[in-house]
Amino acid sequence: MTTRVNPASVAAPAPPWALLAELTHACPLHCPYCSNPLELTRRSTELGTDEWTDVLRQAGELGVVHTHLSGGEPLLRPDLERIVAAAEAAGIYTQLVTSGTGLDEARLAALTGAGLRSVQLSVQHAGPEANDRIAGRPASFAAKERAAALVRRAGIPLGLNVVLHRDNLDAVDAVIDLGLAWGADRIELANAQFYGWGLLNRAALLPTRDQLARARETVERRREEVAGRIDLVWVVPDYFDGVAKPCMGGWGAVSLTVAPDGTVLPCPAAASLPDLDPPNVRDHRLAWIWERSPAFDRFRGTDWMTGPCRGCPRQEEDFGGCRCQAFALTGDAARTDPACALSPDHHLVRNPADGDRTDPPPYVYRRPGAVPATNP
Amino acid sequence: MTPPPAQRWCPALAPALMLRHDAVRGTDLLVLPERVVVLEGHGGVVVSLCDGTRTVPGIVGELSERFPGAPVAATVPAFLDSLRQEGWLT
Repeated sequence: MTTRVNPASVAAPAPPWALLAELTHACPLHCPYCSNPLELTRRSTELGTDEWTDVLRQAGELGVVHTHLSGGEPLLRPDLERIVAAAEAAGIYTQLVTSGTGLDEARLAALTGAGLRSVQLSVQHAGPEANDRIAGRPASFAAKERAAALVRRAGIPLGLNVVLHRDNLDAVDAVIDLGLAWGADRIELANAQFYGWGLLNRAALLPTRDQLARARETVERRREEVAGRIDLVWVVPDYFDGVAKPCMGGWGAVSLTVAPDGTVLPCPAAASLPDLDPPNVRDHRLAWIWERSPAFDRFRGTDWMTGPCRGCPRQEEDFGGCRCQAFALTGDAARTDPACALSPDHHLVRNPADGDRTDPPPYVYRRPGAVPATNP
Repeated sequence: MTPPPAQRWCPALAPALMLRHDAVRGTDLLVLPERVVVLEGHGGVVVSLCDGTRTVPGIVGELSERFPGAPVAATVPAFLDSLRQEGWLT
């Protein structure tokens, strides 16, 4: 008798390239589309310096070459310099993802001295008042302007990250001007994604098709003008294009997220999936988590696919879209992402995208306790 | 006589970039703020000589000694120029 084994199920998956380190969920900003989960991790449960040092060492051994040190606001961690140094020691390239609040010359010098390679600065709007209103914090724009100047002076690359939605899509031209004025190397124009806080605020954030069409034209027009000075990146609005995004480059394929309490997720939004049972670095080695844990295997490859994804020629391009969006809208994380025009659930994104939004509700700002905690 | 500019250029890695060997994947990498470039073949060796002190002819000379018979003079200047056009060498 012989036992046949499918090599694909035995071979270890290709190693991850990148690690998103959510060092804390604490943040001075309260953006209504925050990518942190609705249930924010308490500071008392955060990993300590030694734990992050060990995670980064393991990540380097596993094959991670790039880390985004993010949050919340990572500058709220007094040990950020030591975490940067740990990543550098593990051979991992570091990028700080920050709101700019709390960055001063001495702090930046300490961070670059520890090995920090680049900075990505969030900007909510090109206008100070609108920026501060969207961020839910006074004087936030002024802090960003100072932070950008400091990063420029330190001579490391500066990227601006702008989440686009109803209240700032008409200002894309001005955002690009701002990037030029601040000396940014790159502007990521990321159309808002609607799960977690973004879904909670969807009625306030969803743009109109006309807004999007104008913004897209603006970006195309200016792309040539700024070529060689600024790299303009346009992250597609998946509610409007009828095409699912290749979320995270595939589940458990390219990158992993470590949440403040050590929970490891295939993407930052995956904490919302109720039966995922995500592993934690306090219980398992990172290599086991990446290669062997059921959570990372759950939607890896194409075997899990259902509905129109099965046999679809695009299944290796978009990987079935976003699992968290499929769950948030249909209650089943294994369904085709409703953003895909082939999805039987596509009306769940098309109807709100085309709906009347003349009277948007106010934002529910991101802050602990803004939404009632759900019971497991 | 002053050599032409292409021969005076001493390539150096742009400050944003990190050149590193990836022992897990057995290859050399250029790591940028938002992407990773896999350097195939001896690309990593070539880039490692771009320290701002060597001219292109100097780099070609060193590589010719290290890899006798390899088409260094025919390929390396174009390779370095393509990296400069990407903004990875200054």
